[in-house]
Amino acid sequence: MNSITQSMQFIPIGYYLFFCTMLFCIGVTGVLIKRNALLILMSVELMINSINLLLAAFSTYLNDPAGQIFVFFIMVVAAAEVAIGLAIIVVIYRTTHSIDIDILNKLKW
Amino acid sequence: MFTKYIFFFLSILALYSALMVLMSKKPIHSVLYLTLTFFAIAGHYVLLNAQFLAVVHVIVYAGAIMVLFLFTVMLLNLNKEEVSPKPLWIKTVVIIAGGTLMIVLIGIFRGYDIAIKTDPFLTQIGLVKNLGRVLYKDYLLPFELSSILFLTAMVGAVLLGKKEQI
Repeated sequence: MNSITQSMQFIPIGYYLFFCTMLFCIGVTGVLIKRNALLILMSVELMINSINLLLAAFSTYLNDPAGQIFVFFIMVVAAAEVAIGLAIIVVIYRTTHSIDIDILNKLKW
Repeated sequence: MFTKYIFFFLSILALYSALMVLMSKKPIHSVLYLTLTFFAIAGHYVLLNAQFLAVVHVIVYAGAIMVLFLFTVMLLNLNKEEVSPKPLWIKTVVIIAGGTLMIVLIGIFRGYDIAIKTDPFLTQIGLVKNLGRVLYKDYLLPFELSSILFLTAMVGAVLLGKKEQI
């Protein structure tokens, strides 16, 4: 009984689920709605961050450090991804003088 | 409950600045709002007593990644509004699609609850001492491999950024 009354005081894991879902959906909307390659990359970062937070929340609530280690590795991969992605954006800007992704339709057909 | 108020404050701050990332006209404002979102998420990590992750998040995201974004925006002089934004009907469709995804996911997660094994505010697993022990004992090989990944990314970024064509 004591543990139940104590656990009622915590932030329920559902709150984290809702919050991360909203953040993730904002990221998805950003990827779909924007034409600027830089902003698309930023929206992807937003999605990665929402997933990271959810992973860390579950890891803490289940008392398992593996989740937080995973978050660490996801951050590692995200940093490498951003470095490469921004280098690609710089190259795109140099060749087409724009970072509008709708111009880059040479590989479409 | 004090922690609940902090949670709601950080959540609303993060969601508001995430929305402003999409709604800002200039890319530089989007970058700054994204930094604000990252700081709010770092606050969430502190709230979860994941201190190592909070510090790493601030260093990696707010310190490294956002500086990279700022440099790209400023050096390429990209700080102008989108020349040809998507037509209004596409925006409407996208917002409907994103909202539907959110409703579906929230409908799935609604009522979900797990048995909490530990007090989230007293747990010790997020501290540097414990995470470092796990990282260097159980996850040593992935940790070393991630350094190779960084080396590859560094070489790739330098190669892509070179002026002359390869």
